[in-house]
This record gives sequence, C-alpha cells and structure tokens, in this order.
Amino acid sequence: MTQLALVIDLNVCVGCHACVTICKAWNTSGWAGPMTDQRPYDRDPTGTFFNRVQTFEVGTYPNTETVHFPKSCLHCEEPPCVPVCPTGASYKREEDGIVLVDYDKCIGCKYCSWACPYGAREIDEKQRVMKKCTLCVDRIYDQSLPEAERKPACVLACPTSARLFGDVHDPDSHVSVMIREEGGYPLMPEWGTKPANHYLPRRKTRLRIHEDELLRADNPLKKEGQLPAPSGDEQTLDDITSW
Amino acid sequence: MHPALSVILLTTLLGVGQGLFLALYTGQLYSVARLLEHQDSQTFYAVGSALALAFLAAGLIASFFHLGHPERAWRSIACWRTSWLSREVIVLPLVMLLVFLYGLFHYLEWTTPLFTVAGTLPVDATLIIGALATLATFALFICTAMIYASIRFLQEWHSALTVINFTLLGGASGFMLAAAFSAFIGVHLVGFYATWAVILTLAALLTRGASLLRNHRLRPRSTLQSAIGVRHTTIRQIAQGAMGGSFNTREFFHHQPGRVIRMARAGFLVLVFPLPILLLGAAWGLSSEVLPLLAFLTQYLGLLIERWYFFVEARHPQNLYYQSIA
Amino acid sequence: MRDPAAQSDSETGRIEVKNTTCYMCACRCGIRVTLRDGEIRYIEGNPEHPLNKGVICAKGASGIMKQYSPGRLTKPLLRKRKASRGEGKFEEISWEQAYELLGKRLQKIRAEDPKKFALFTGRDQMQALTGLFAKQFGTPNYAAHGGFCSVNMAAGMIYTIGGSFWEFGGPDLERSKLFIMIGTAEDHHSNPMKIALSKFKRNGGRFISINPVRTGYAAIADEWIAIKPGTDGALLLALIHEIIHQGLYDREFLVRYSNAAELVNLDETSTEYGMFVRFEIPPEEGCFEPQNKLWWDRELDKPISTHTEGADPYLLGSFSLPDGTAVKPSFQLLKERVEEYTPEWAAGVTGIDADTIRRLAYEMGVTARDQKIELPIQWTDAWDKDHETVTGNPVSFHAMRGLAAHSNGFQTIRALSILMSILGTIDRPGGFRHKAPFPRPIPPCAKPPKGPGDVQPNTPLNGMPLGWPAEPDDLFVDDDGEAVRIDKAFSWEYPLAVHGLMHNVITNAWRGDPYRIDTLLLFMANMAWNSSMNTTKVREMLTDKDKNGDYKIPFLVVCDAYQSETVAFADLVLPDTTYLERHDVMSMLDRPISEFEGPVDSVRIPVLPPKGDSKPFQEVLIELGSRLGLPAFVTTEGKRKYRDYPDFIVNYETEPGSGIGFLAGWRGEAGEKFMRGAPNPRQWEMYAKNNCFYQYELPRSYQYMRNWNKGYLQWSRHHGLTRYAEPVNIHIYSEVLQKFRLSAQGRWDGRQPPDRLRKRIETHFDPLPFYHETLEAQLVDTQEFPLNAITQRPMAMYHSWDSQNAWLRQIHTHNYLFVSPRLGHANGFDDGDWVWVESPHGKVRCMCRFTEAVEPGTVWTWNAIGKAAGAWGLSPDANESSKGFLLNHVIAEELPPCEDGEHLSNSDPVTGQAAWYDVRVKVYKADKQEPKESSPQFKPLPLAPGMEKRRGRWQGYVAGMFRKKG
Ligand SMILES: Nc1nc2c(c(=O)[nH]1)N[C@H]1C(S)=C(S)[C@@H](COP(=O)(O)OP(=O)(O)OC[C@H]3O[C@@H](n4cnc5c(=O)[nH]c(N)nc54)[C@H](O)[C@@H]3O)O[C@H]1N2
Ligand SMILES: Nc1nc2c(c(=O)[nH]1)N[C@H]1C(S)=C(S)[C@@H](COP(=O)(O)OP(=O)(O)OC[C@H]3O[C@@H](n4cnc5c(=O)[nH]c(N)nc54)[C@H](O)[C@@H]3O)O[C@H]1N2
Ligand code: SF4
Ligand code: SF4
Ligand code: SF4
Ligand code: SF4
Ligand code: SF4
Ligand SMILES: [Mo]
Repeated sequence: MTQLALVIDLNVCVGCHACVTICKAWNTSGWAGPMTDQRPYDRDPTGTFFNRVQTFEVGTYPNTETVHFPKSCLHCEEPPCVPVCPTGASYKREEDGIVLVDYDKCIGCKYCSWACPYGAREIDEKQRVMKKCTLCVDRIYDQSLPEAERKPACVLACPTSARLFGDVHDPDSHVSVMIREEGGYPLMPEWGTKPANHYLPRRKTRLRIHEDELLRADNPLKKEGQLPAPSGDEQTLDDITSW
Repeated sequence: MHPALSVILLTTLLGVGQGLFLALYTGQLYSVARLLEHQDSQTFYAVGSALALAFLAAGLIASFFHLGHPERAWRSIACWRTSWLSREVIVLPLVMLLVFLYGLFHYLEWTTPLFTVAGTLPVDATLIIGALATLATFALFICTAMIYASIRFLQEWHSALTVINFTLLGGASGFMLAAAFSAFIGVHLVGFYATWAVILTLAALLTRGASLLRNHRLRPRSTLQSAIGVRHTTIRQIAQGAMGGSFNTREFFHHQPGRVIRMARAGFLVLVFPLPILLLGAAWGLSSEVLPLLAFLTQYLGLLIERWYFFVEARHPQNLYYQSIA
Repeated sequence: MRDPAAQSDSETGRIEVKNTTCYMCACRCGIRVTLRDGEIRYIEGNPEHPLNKGVICAKGASGIMKQYSPGRLTKPLLRKRKASRGEGKFEEISWEQAYELLGKRLQKIRAEDPKKFALFTGRDQMQALTGLFAKQFGTPNYAAHGGFCSVNMAAGMIYTIGGSFWEFGGPDLERSKLFIMIGTAEDHHSNPMKIALSKFKRNGGRFISINPVRTGYAAIADEWIAIKPGTDGALLLALIHEIIHQGLYDREFLVRYSNAAELVNLDETSTEYGMFVRFEIPPEEGCFEPQNKLWWDRELDKPISTHTEGADPYLLGSFSLPDGTAVKPSFQLLKERVEEYTPEWAAGVTGIDADTIRRLAYEMGVTARDQKIELPIQWTDAWDKDHETVTGNPVSFHAMRGLAAHSNGFQTIRALSILMSILGTIDRPGGFRHKAPFPRPIPPCAKPPKGPGDVQPNTPLNGMPLGWPAEPDDLFVDDDGEAVRIDKAFSWEYPLAVHGLMHNVITNAWRGDPYRIDTLLLFMANMAWNSSMNTTKVREMLTDKDKNGDYKIPFLVVCDAYQSETVAFADLVLPDTTYLERHDVMSMLDRPISEFEGPVDSVRIPVLPPKGDSKPFQEVLIELGSRLGLPAFVTTEGKRKYRDYPDFIVNYETEPGSGIGFLAGWRGEAGEKFMRGAPNPRQWEMYAKNNCFYQYELPRSYQYMRNWNKGYLQWSRHHGLTRYAEPVNIHIYSEVLQKFRLSAQGRWDGRQPPDRLRKRIETHFDPLPFYHETLEAQLVDTQEFPLNAITQRPMAMYHSWDSQNAWLRQIHTHNYLFVSPRLGHANGFDDGDWVWVESPHGKVRCMCRFTEAVEPGTVWTWNAIGKAAGAWGLSPDANESSKGFLLNHVIAEELPPCEDGEHLSNSDPVTGQAAWYDVRVKVYKADKQEPKESSPQFKPLPLAPGMEKRRGRWQGYVAGMFRKKG
C-alpha cells in the first residue's frame, strides 16, 4: 500500500515561506480553491492557508537555535480527523493515503478540526467548509504536467529543497531512506496518529583543530625567517647549564 | 477551546429536554407502581412532553447555527459507524420522535393497558414508547457527550466523567424543570421532582467536582518538545506564520483572561449546585409556585456558564503551535 | 466533487504559459506564468533558468496578489491646484498632458542649468537606461539606491580584489568546506543562496554565521557567533592577526597575485611616501596599474622587478633600497598594522571571547591550508606562466549590509577582502568567485566628471554620472574643493561615493546646499518612507516652502506602480506598470545575473497588458529623451530614433558601430554573435525562445583565477567587458587610499581637500584597514543611548512594497521590536509591552517581543513593515500603520555637528554609504495612559483617482473568475 507524504528537513529550512504562498497560489485557483481571505486590505487580515511556517527558539542566549517549522496536514496513517466526520466528507484515499475533504459533502461542523491534534485543518470562513493540504493531489497525477513536475507545489518551490515528497511505505524511496538515515521523526507520536509526514532534525557539522595542526614544516613564516619562536624570553637549558 | 454559543445552547437545551422527559417518565413509572398519584395524561404528560420537545427542538435549532452548511445537515447521518456526531444526529430525531409519540399517545389518551405484567402492572402504549424513549434519551446523552469525550487529544474531555456529567446535569436540569412545571400547573409532584432534582444535582456536583479536580491535575500529554520534535527544556514560539489570526487562533482559543475564567468557575459552581437547591428548599418551605421556576432558571444559567467553562477549560494540543506572533 | 486525481488543471479555461523574469525582488529569478482566461493562474520558478533552477520564494509566488492589488496606480496624476503636497489629492491627467508638462519643464532646465534636474532611482534594475538618460540630459545629479544600500560592499571589495559580493560575485558553496556568513539576513542573491546553502550543508560543509541576530539563514548555521553591531572590523583584523601570527596564510598566492610582496616607500621626506616603489617604464595611457614595482628577492637579497621568473620575494622584513630609501613589503605593513589587534583586544570590542576568535582563525586557516582543492584545469597566468591545475582553498565568505551599513563599513570590508585574500580564496574553487563583468581593474575605468565645467546647457554630461575615482584628481569638485553634485558624491566629504548618496538628496536640495534644484524625479524609490533616514523630518522638507511661498523643492515627480507614501508628495505622478506588464532587460551594462561560469543576462517580456493607463517607465524615458532631443535618442537630424523601448534595446549601441548594446545574447544580424555584434532585429524573439535569458559559459580554463588569467582577461577585453587585459592584482595595501591621504597631508601635487576635511580624509583614507568606532558612537552619548538598533529583511517581504499584497501581509502585518528578555527585565517592561525606542534624533513607540536570538545590547525589527495610514491601498486602521512602525524615524541622515563640519551625511566617510545600523537607542516602557498604537502617526492618505475602491470583506481569488466577479 502506498502512503504518500512530505518529509521536511529542518536542517536546511530557512523559514522563507515560499511553501506557504506557492501553496496558496496553486490551490486557490485549483481543485481545492478558492482559499478565501478575510479583510485582505484591512485590519487583522486573515485567510485560509494549507501550510504555515512558524518559528521557534530553542535554548537561551547565546546558545539559541532558531527553528523554522513548516506545518501542513501530516496525512496521518491513523487519521483521527476522518472517523469523526459525520458526513464522510473527510476521507483517506485507499490508493495513496492522502487525506482529503469533499467540499460538496462537508457541512462545516468543524468536528474534524477538533480531532486533529496538529491544527492542520482550517475552515474557509466564506465557503464554510473545512479545508486542508491536499498533498497537491491535483498535480501529482496530472498527466499533462511533465513527469518531473508531478510533485506538490511546495516541494517544487522550496529553495532549499527542505521538502521531500514520496512514498513512505516504500523502503527504497528517497523519503524512506532520509527518514531512516537522517533521524526522521513524527510529530506528537504520543497520540498514535502515525503521521505520514516526517521531520528531519538539525544536524551539526563541527570541525576539530588539533593543536599540532598549527605547527607545520612548511609554515610560510619560515621563509621569512620568522617562525613563531617558543614565546618570548623563556629560559632554556642552554642558558643555565654550564658543564 | 473557543466556546461557541450554538454548542453551549445545543448541549444544555438538549440536556433539559432529555431530563424533562426522563422526569415525566419517572413520574409515570412511579404512578404505575402506585408510588405516586396518577397524573392527567393531557394536562401533565402531553404538555410536559411538548415542553421537553420544545427544548429538544431548540437544541436542534441551535445546532444548525454551528454548521457551515445547515442545508446539508442530512448528510451527517452517513457515518454512524464511526462518528459520535453522526450518531447524535440520528439519535436526536429519534428521541424527538419518541417523545413526540409519547406525548401524542398521552394527548390522545391511548392509555388503555395492553397487557398486565405480573398481574399488577398494567402496561399501556405510552409506557412502552416511554421505555424506548428513555433508552434513546440515554443513548443521546451518551452520543452528545461522546462527541467531546471521544476526542482523546482534549484530555479534559476524554473521560467517562464527561458522559456522566452531561447525563447528570441534563437530568438535574430536567427534573428541576419538571418541579417548576409541576408547581406551575399545580400538580403535587413538586416535592417528588424537587427531591430527585436535588439528588441529581448533588450527584452531578460530585462528578463535576471530580472532573474539575481531574482536569486540574492533568498534565498535557503533548508538549512543545513533542510538538516540534526538539528535545530541550526551553522552547519558545516566536512566530506562527499569521499575524492577523487564523482559524487555529479563533477555534481553539478562548482569549479570556484568567480572572474571567475563575469567576466563571465560581459562578457556575454556585448557580448550578447550591443556589437551585436552596431555592427549592425555600420553595418547599414557602410553598412558592415561582421559586421552583427560579431554581430551574438559575440552574440553567449556571449550566450555560458550566458549558462555557467546559470549552474554555479544554486545552487543545494544537494550541502549542499558536502561542506567539511576530 | 470531481475526482482530483482524474482531472487536469489545464482543462479549465483557456490556458497560456509564458516565461519572464520575476521582479518581486532584485534577485531576478526566471518564472513561468500560467494564465487562465487572461488572469494569472500560477507563477512558478522556471526549471530551465540558471539562477533559480525552478524554485521560487514567498514573494515570487505571491506575484498574483501584487498584480491584482488595489494599491495600483493606473492614471497619470497631477496634484490638485489647491491641495498641498503630502495630502495626496490629485486629479487625473492624460499621458500627453504629463509629457507636455514635464517635457517643457525639463527642456527649460536643460537649456539653463541641467544640474537643476535630479533623477534618483530606488530599488530598480535599469540603471543603464536611467544613467544614460541622465548623462544625455547633462545632469550629474543621478544615482540609484546603491548609496543607501550597500556601496561599502561594492567599493570595499572592488577597490581591493576587483570584484565584490552583491550581484558581482559570491561564495563557491559547491566546493567550499567552511562558509562564514557575516551580517546577511536575506540579500540580493536570494534563491541561489538558499539553493547553494542547503546543498552545502547536505554535503557536510560547516556553516558559521556572525551576526548580532539569529534569523533566516543564520538559523541553520552550525554555529552562531553573536557580535556587537559595528565591530566586525575589530573581529576581522584580529582574525588576520592570528592567521599571520600562526603562518596560516597562503604565501604563494599572496606573492604572485597581490601586492603583498611589493615594496612600499617609507621615506617620510619623499613625495612618494607610502607609495609603491616603481621603476621607470614608458608611460602608457590607461586606468590600470603598470607592472613596474619591486619585490625584495630572498635569494639575491636585493630588489627585483615583480613577477620576475624564478624570483621569490620576502613578504616580511624591512629593507633599504640602493639609494637608501627605506622600504617594506606591504604585507609587513599589514602585519605591523594588525599587531595591536589581538584576539583579546577584539574580544573587548566585539563581545566575542578571545578563544572563539582564535578558534575561528584556526578553522579558517587550517581548512584553507589542508583541504586544498586541485582541479585538472590548465591555464596560463598574465605573466605567461602555465599552470597544470587550478587550485583552491575551500573557505568562503559572504557578507552584506551588516558590514556595509555602518560608517566604518568600507574599512571593515577592506579587512574582510584582505582576510579572504590572505587565505588565498579569490576566484578559486571553494572560495570567492567573480561574475562577469567582474573582475574589473582596481578601480574600474569609468570616471565621474571633474568639475563644474563638465555640466553645460543642452549638452550631455562630460563623464559618467557615477564612476570610480582613482586619485584626488578624479573628484567631482569645484575650485574650492566643494561638491558639484546635489548629493555631494565624489566631493571631499565622500570621495569614493561610487553609487551616490541618494539618502541626502532631499535634505541637501531642501537646504539649497550646495544649491537649489528645480525638478526631482524619483523612480521606484519610497523616499518619504523607508529609503530616507530621519523620515519625519524629510517628509516635512518635502512640504516646506521658502519666503515666496514656493516649495523649496519646486517640482517633484514620482514614478511608482503603487500608492506609496512618497506618491502623496508628488506634484506629478507617473503610474508605472508591474513587472508582468513590461519589457525589461537585466543588462551587462548594469547588473546582469551572471553566474560564476560566465556572463548571463536576461529580459522581461510582458505576460499581461498594462493595467489602466499605466506605462512602463522605460517607455517614458524613451519618449522624454526623444522629445528633448537627447543625442542618444534622436537621429543626427533630430528625429526620433526608437519606436519604443523594445526597439531601443535592440538597436541602441554604446557608440555607433560598437556592437555593444543592452543585451549580450544573439547579437549580429542573424543572432550568431554574443557580447558584441551588430543589432539583431529578432533579438527579443530569441530571448523569448530561450526562457528569457542568455547564458555564455566560459571555457573551463577561463573560469578561475580571472584576475590573472591571461586567456580570460583577453577574452574579456575582446568582448568589451573590460578595457585592458592587465592582471588585477589584489590591493592588500591600497595606493588609491594613500593618494588621498597624501593629499590631505598636503603632499600631493593635485587637488587638496578643504581644511575642515583634512583630518577626516587623513584618518579614513588609510591604505591598510583599521578599526574605529562608528561615527555615531563617537559623537553621541553612548551611556545614555547604550543599545544598537538594527533591522533585518524578512524573507517574505520586499522593502516597503509588499503590504499591498494580500497574502504576504498576512505573514507580516506589523512589526515588533525584538529585544533580549534581559534587557526587558532590566528596564521594567515585558514581552508584548508598548515601549519607546529613543535615539538622540527621534523616537518611535512600538510593541516589543522577547527573543533569545539576539545579542543583548542590540534591538532589532523587520524593516519597512510599518506603513503610513491609508497608503498602499490599505484601510487607515490597517495593522501596518496602527501597530507597525518604521525605525527610520530615529535614524539621522546627518551627523551631529563635529570638528569635520556641519551637515555631514550620516554615512561612511569614504564611500558615503548610509550608516543605517549605527544608530544608538534606549528603550523604555510606554506609559499606561498612552494610546496603544505606534508613534509617529500621520494623517491617513486618501485613495488616488484611478485606484480601485477599497475591496470588501472577502477575497477569494480564482484565476479566470476574479475580475468577472468584480
Ligand atoms: N531602517 C532601514 N531602512 C532601510 C534599509 C534598512 O535596512 N533599514 N535598507 C535600505 C536599502 S538597502 C534599500 S535598497 C532601500 C530600499 O528603498 P526603496 O528603494 O525606497 O525601496 P522600496 O521601499 O521598495 O520602494 C520602492 C518603490 O518602488 C515601487 N515599485 C514597486 N514595483 C514597482 C515597479 O514595477 N515600478 C515602479 N515604478 N515602482 C515600483 C514601490 O511601490 C515603492 O514605492 O531601503 C533602505 N532603507
Ligand atoms: N526578502 C527580501 N529580500 C531582499 C530585500 C528585501 O527587502 N526583502 N532587500 C534587498 C536589498 S535592497 C538588499 S540591500 C539586500 C540586503 O540583504 P542583507 O544584507 O541580508 O540585508 P539586511 O536584512 O539588512 O541584513 C543585515 C544583517 O546584518 C546584521 N547586522 C547588522 N549590523 C551588523 C553588524 O554590525 N555586524 C554583523 N556581523 N551583522 C550585522 C543584521 O542582524 C542582519 O541580519 O537584500 C535584498 N533582498
Ligand atoms: S519553502 Fe522550504 S525553506 Fe522555505 S519555509 Fe518552506 S520548507 Fe522552509
Ligand atoms: S494532520 Fe490532522 S488533518 Fe491531517 S490527517 Fe492528521 S489528524 Fe487529519
Ligand atoms: S467540518 Fe466537514 S469535513 Fe469536518 S467533520 Fe464536519 S463535515 Fe466532516
Ligand atoms: S502539498 Fe500542496 S497542498 Fe499541501 S502544503 Fe504543499 S502545496 Fe500546499
Ligand atoms: S527571489 Fe526575488 S526574483 Fe526570485 S522569485 Fe523571489 S522575489 Fe522573485
Ligand atoms: Mo538595498
């Protein structure tokens, strides 16, 4: 069974919000649109987005990490949002595990959003139906797109390629390999929702300079006759022994 | 959670309607068992049922205000296998139908016993419909409450106490109304209903108190650490990606200051529990006809606050992602 | 619902797909625009484009909302007769009326005194055309945003290594192992930097960020080093100190490719003091450096002509020439210079502890030395020595306005360039790489005019409005040594102001210092808001009148596409198109989008018709140029030469028959040539076919070491990129600066500075980098104003121009002052409180947000999120104006009076770079009684005629249906 998902690499995400607005752009005129905005040019503008990028700070100065954290529907394998839906508008596709909402069936009761621990669903306040990330289901199977572009809009847009897309059930897929090898993890594992989307943690590259690496036979100062002498005027045996 | 008025009204009104029906039927059972005097089918049971039905209908109407697309409400029966909401949507009309039939049979006085059990208990159609309606009513209590109790992320709600509280509080308010109703139409069941109302109210005080205590002690399962998957003791959100608010900040936050919340808790603890009991006591002492009504209204007001608090008290784990804007 | 997996988006409506170039920022990514029924369906990165390779950013993807923004201007506007400036009250006029009005006025100015017309352009990308227009008009008063942007970066590096960051070069992250990013939040090379950074990290590279704040890119750094603003010079000098001290520099590289080994005359009595010793060679005309200097050979122990085959000079030591002249290799002078700049000293200045500084130096030095890259690429250097391989040291840097936007930025950036050079990382794999047309000579050949005589009525300017002075005699001053330009660029106040000082134009013109002007034309610059310092006062200057009741700046023309804050002050408003509605070129004559591997230029081709009566400014310039009869735009008979802008682009040549025009690709009659060649009538088509760009890939052997790569240098000269094919040696020691210093010391034959500026010139024109506190810190009470206040660019907003964008403004709808919790607690305010930020020059009220990602002595905010009420088509109570704030109100455009004089720009004394980040502030809690809104507030602007009425409560954009719905 296929389970399509995103894997988001926090190690390279710079928090640019490209995935946020490209998602809006693709979807507002697409199958899942419009994504209505409220008070677009007035006080407290707000609107429907399927994907948001948030920022967290970890630790205290000076050991602070700034973590940019994109979040969209995680297409849970045990999606708590689906069974609670009274109308069947929320469903998980058998063939690829994508969780979708059928706007024609949705009554806008918001119950599914209560049942999502991740805050991944947003109601469209104008259309009054529940909306969420579709994993760009209207792109990834679109035969009229070149094969390389049959990917979610946000994945193609992401400048740091922090967003990877693939089948997490296929152990050989790029996403599975990354999850396995780079320490991919699910969000809020405590609820057993088994999010299909995974996150890759920050990884650090360090450099260790050994002291003896500073001393070298070919030190250019030698050529100037100026190799750093053992500092200053320390005594040597030569100075004090007389036999 | 954001306390939506429609849901507060829905759950409390249904509770009253269900409770009132249960009170009527309890009364009927007592009188069949000859523990109470017999009441008039038309003036008491039929009118009482109509009243219960009115509350149920009001609840139903309130529920429509919660829907984005009420015209599609019929669709919500589709998923009764998995969704408590769907089940509620099925059971509620059923309850209303049965209560309606119960009232109708009483109104038409189709109360000729159909058979007699153990030679002493005459069973008529109303008794059978009432029994079914009682089952449905309890089912409805369960469905309504399970809508909340079944969401395991809302730890404050995810407890048997939620079902018990909904049932007991609905029952108490219904019996309270039954007492007021009895007083109003001048039948001698005031004391009977008042006694039950007090018993249910006290029981609810215990269970609601228990849930308050439980919730007070709850430790959220989810933390910022598990929410973003970073292991560190100090994590703060700086930005949530939307500064003018989003569905997530509207639906899951109450935006109420702690002071208001504490006042609400004190308010409902007084209005739902001691005050109605005192008022009933006073009514008994003064043989007042209005005080039972006042007791009901007080308790209902308290229940509105209680339900408000029920929502406000619930901390949704999604809120971890919506702590700060910048 | 339809089955989403069984349908195709392309089946809905009439779909068209067009390529063009993004302009939601200056990065200039290639984009593919899909239209549905004539409305934008989707804007995505063009996968074929060399710059962004298919990716896009938050702004680029939101282009739809820029296009359909209600903030658009659609009509030429004239200030209402009775209305005052700043009120924003206009009447609609026709283009013909606008041309008449402006044409007549300019005609008159040009016939009388062309410099009374000033043309300044903001964050634009068409300086080749605007500069040409100004030159042809005859006014020297022209510049673009560079002076308030990052001229320190351009000048500091170009005067040192012949190329720069910014758009002209960058770190080779493909091969780098250690990358140090200094003072950069977002930058011009936005998407390419992101692409490269992530690849770099995934390849195991180590990324260090040096910045008072940890945001954006710095977030994913392996190490964040918080530094006190304005002190990077100290850090860099200490790193140089440590690297020299440990012998971690690349000796061979320095010897051969820089002036490190060249001998400097140290004879105090000589007029040549501090200059390189030269032997006589026949004089040649040109702006390059003749190769007639000396080394001190180790073997022979005597002076020898540089680059003599087999010679190996000393870098250190002190010598006497046969005639007794004391000389030292310039590297020795550098070593002496950094002697005092120990890590311990720098620790006290920068707040970074000495061990960290030392470790940084070792990481750089050891990585550079031990991880050498060797590529099997043969090349020949300028001295005809063949090399079997190209080698490189994989340590790279990137820096931007964090260094540039300080008054000590020029010398700091010189220090950075020298650090990069001693690590041997210039135009080598893994280090810094140039992009065409760089490297250029140090300094490049273009020169500004030399005196008032170069400005003549009805005559093109004699010289380039902007150029690269190489010595005092290249300054643009009158006989008293005072400025000729309105912004005083190239005067003794800011001699190397190679990008002008746009930030002082309004103040100077208002004061009439050096003179009054008549017409100021601002293009794509929001000078009444975020590109002015001291914004409140500048807004007053724009409306200030003289005794006769005339505006001190008599006529203000603004060309903008949106209702910016500045539009309200215009007498005449020219509504521009958006980037999706016009032709445009990213020309080799300007700032092309070249890659390391070779030159690239690109174009915009309209995907939509202009909205309303908006018109591309390009067309306006061609029209005005033709009407005014400016030589470049008319035939010898005075007839209009170019039909329109596209026609101009194809047919214009820098000189008749030069074969050099705006576009480098598909030149020659049939498009068979590149860089140089006859005009090609089908050039636009060919660009259109090739995804709107032209890329030339240099032969591999020309791709590295270009400062000294004989093949490349000749190629570059042959293709008209540079005038000479001489090697561009790195200026560890800057003779150019020394010449100015000599002149200040009275030891220069030519021009000398006015006395008041002698000391300033002598101090700052130090041929070796040095550290000094920022000018502001020297002149204000830093006890009272202990904090540094800086800004960052948010990745999802471009300057002031995205608040009209319904999607982007949801991400940043107002801004906070970010402060350390320590600071808040010490000053009695809490997270979210309203506070005052006060500098010696002004104050703003705003909300604060606690953050642990800031150096505790620094406060910061996102730049230009705050807006004036009612501007940008937003309702007057929009968060941008009610809660958002602009830091510029507290930043002075002039220094407090000091011994160097009055009315000096708050800028770098060498380059005139605006010192935005020097400002010192204190922060305290606002009173409870005060209104909970930001301060200052301005009277709400009304909508201008031709703007869409305010949109309603809901907006659900669906391409193909949006306008139909109304
Ligand atoms: N405090 C502080 N101030 C700063 C900076 C800082 O870091 N801190 N940064 C400085 C720097 S580096 C810069 S470059 C400046 C930038 O300052 P400006 O150059 O003034 O840039 P913008 O604010 O973007 O204003 C440009 C104007 O161009 C208009 N515009 C947008 N698209 C078009 C178009 O297609 N045609 C026309 N004609 N107009 C258009 C916009 O509406 C806007 O009014 O800000 C400077 N100001
Ligand atoms: N999204 C977006 N992209 C843009 C722009 C935009 O407005 N939005 N503007 C474009 C323009 S015109 C420009 S000029 C570039 C500028 O690009 P950047 O140079 O990246 O611009 P800033 O945001 O000013 O970043 C300055 C950084 O320097 C840091 N800093 C300040 N003072 C010091 C200091 O003394 N030392 C050190 N080490 N760091 C310091 C600040 O904390 C900040 O992180 O960006 C361009 N790209
Ligand atoms: S587009 Fe990529 S880098 Fe940018 S915020 Fe989204 S995930 Fe992060
Ligand atoms: S993230 Fe939320 S909405 Fe998405 S599948 Fe999981 S529970 Fe459902
Ligand atoms: S809001 Fe729509 S999708 Fe969600 S539970 Fe209700 S009907 Fe289902
Ligand atoms: S997969 Fe598609 S719908 Fe989901 S966040 Fe990305 S762009 Fe939006
Ligand atoms: S980086 Fe600039 S040019 Fe590139 S897509 Fe973003 S806004 Fe457009
Ligand atoms: Mo800039």
